[in-house]
Amino acid sequence: MAAGLTYRAVRGHAPILPSPKMALASLLPPELPVNRPGFFGLAGRCELQAPGLRPAPGPPALAPPAWGLPAAGDAGIELLHGTTTLAFKFQGGVVVAADSRATAGSYVASQTVQKVIEINPYLLGTMAGGAADCSFWERLLARQCRIYQLRNKERISVAAASKLLANMVYQYKGLGLHMGTMICGWDKRGPGLYYVDSEGNRLSGTAFSVGSGSVYAYGVLDRGYAPAMPAEEAYDLARRAIYQATYRDAYSGGQVNLYHVQRDGWVRVSTDDVAQLHAQYRGDPQGDGAA
Amino acid sequence: MAARYDRAITVFSPDGHLFQVEYAQEAVKKGSTAVGIRGLDIVVLGVERKSVAKLQEERTVRKICALDDHVCMAFAGLTADARIIINRARVECQSHKLTVEDPVTVEYITRYIASLKQRYTQSNGRRPFGISALIVGFDDDGSPRLYQTDPSGTYHSWKANVIGRNAKTVREFLEKNYTEEAIATDKEAIKLAIRALLEVVQSGGKNIELAIIRRNQPLQIFSAKDIESQVAEIEKEKEESEKKKKKSI
Repeated sequence: MAAGLTYRAVRGHAPILPSPKMALASLLPPELPVNRPGFFGLAGRCELQAPGLRPAPGPPALAPPAWGLPAAGDAGIELLHGTTTLAFKFQGGVVVAADSRATAGSYVASQTVQKVIEINPYLLGTMAGGAADCSFWERLLARQCRIYQLRNKERISVAAASKLLANMVYQYKGLGLHMGTMICGWDKRGPGLYYVDSEGNRLSGTAFSVGSGSVYAYGVLDRGYAPAMPAEEAYDLARRAIYQATYRDAYSGGQVNLYHVQRDGWVRVSTDDVAQLHAQYRGDPQGDGAA
Repeated sequence: MAARYDRAITVFSPDGHLFQVEYAQEAVKKGSTAVGIRGLDIVVLGVERKSVAKLQEERTVRKICALDDHVCMAFAGLTADARIIINRARVECQSHKLTVEDPVTVEYITRYIASLKQRYTQSNGRRPFGISALIVGFDDDGSPRLYQTDPSGTYHSWKANVIGRNAKTVREFLEKNYTEEAIATDKEAIKLAIRALLEVVQSGGKNIELAIIRRNQPLQIFSAKDIESQVAEIEKEKEESEKKKKKSI
């Protein structure tokens, strides 16, 4: 994840809108209101500055305000790329875990953020990057998934859901969306796990971790992972991985929210405060239950 | 009365008819016959091929077209209109594969074609498509499907159906002869389709085109020779059953 946002030059074109020739085009959102000039109330121009200080931006587009966006460190915009989320597939489905800290610079804005988004009773999404971007687009995805289910009389597959999301955000590529999410579910092909981000990446995989603490979480995850492990072991592994990330990464912390996606849908397994996990693990430094 | 309400597609008549759509259905009734049979592990499409002029190159199949590996369709009505629909359906099959990472179900592509037809009954400056289509194939879960669409944009699932000229006669034949034994094996289903067409086709096997899809196999178009051999078998069976009847009398 980029360490901070820099002011972007205005691009002169509008995003590519879904064409009627695309499959399921009727499901993709038509002109979203964010796409109309004047959405920010200024049509990309800022009248508060003395004229001549900055050249007026080009034709109205989805432009940041002319005085520039605050860098990520300033209070005001809380970005969640300071985060740790992970998800992995195993014999019992998909385990999804995330921390719950939101930071604005070095200020901890919240310790109780819900970073696992419940798209519908059988699909989960995780949140990393811009909180608004993640929750907005995943709510939109929930709407598309429901429409798909009504039209086709069967649940949408995880591959299709992640593809819909990826196509939606790709139209805004280069315009400042900031989102790294994992779409997790169980469909007729079995457990499904896709990583989708606002750059346009969409990857299927067995295990992913996203966020500033992901490097620490990967260490624990890769060490303890086995596809055939029982559910309890998988929960412990996920909890431990997030805990270790919160231990070393300043931007992750709070609680570990743990979910398990099973054949008939997801269940919320547990919410554990990191401080309590710390006390618990102190008697078990190797993490293998020996103590 | 019809004269005042049949010029524009977007005008209802006082008693609720869309005359342009009904006239389109008339155009379908003039097209050459097409029959579709849904078996247990096979779906069969048979069409009546009009005899070609002497100087015209005899192309094999013009009326049965693959939409994807597992779906194909036959039509009755205006050939040029059908070409447009087939093109759009083919693109949609691939587009669906791209966005959903799954091949289309037969119902989905039928719904798409039907929506396309309906759109043309509700826009100005356009006329409805003058074709009815029989869409056959297998879904991902292996179940065989047969759907029929008509110019109004409605679609239904059928066990066996026929469109075009003499559709009524052939449908009555099918209603009598579509039994569990008749479709018990692939061969029997193919024979049923040919027998249905022979009811109304003039010169026998020469004017029949046949295509089948078996589960997990691509569209297979029968050569003239294969059709002839099937027809010969059918004739033999007919003779034998008649002999039996005479004996019993």
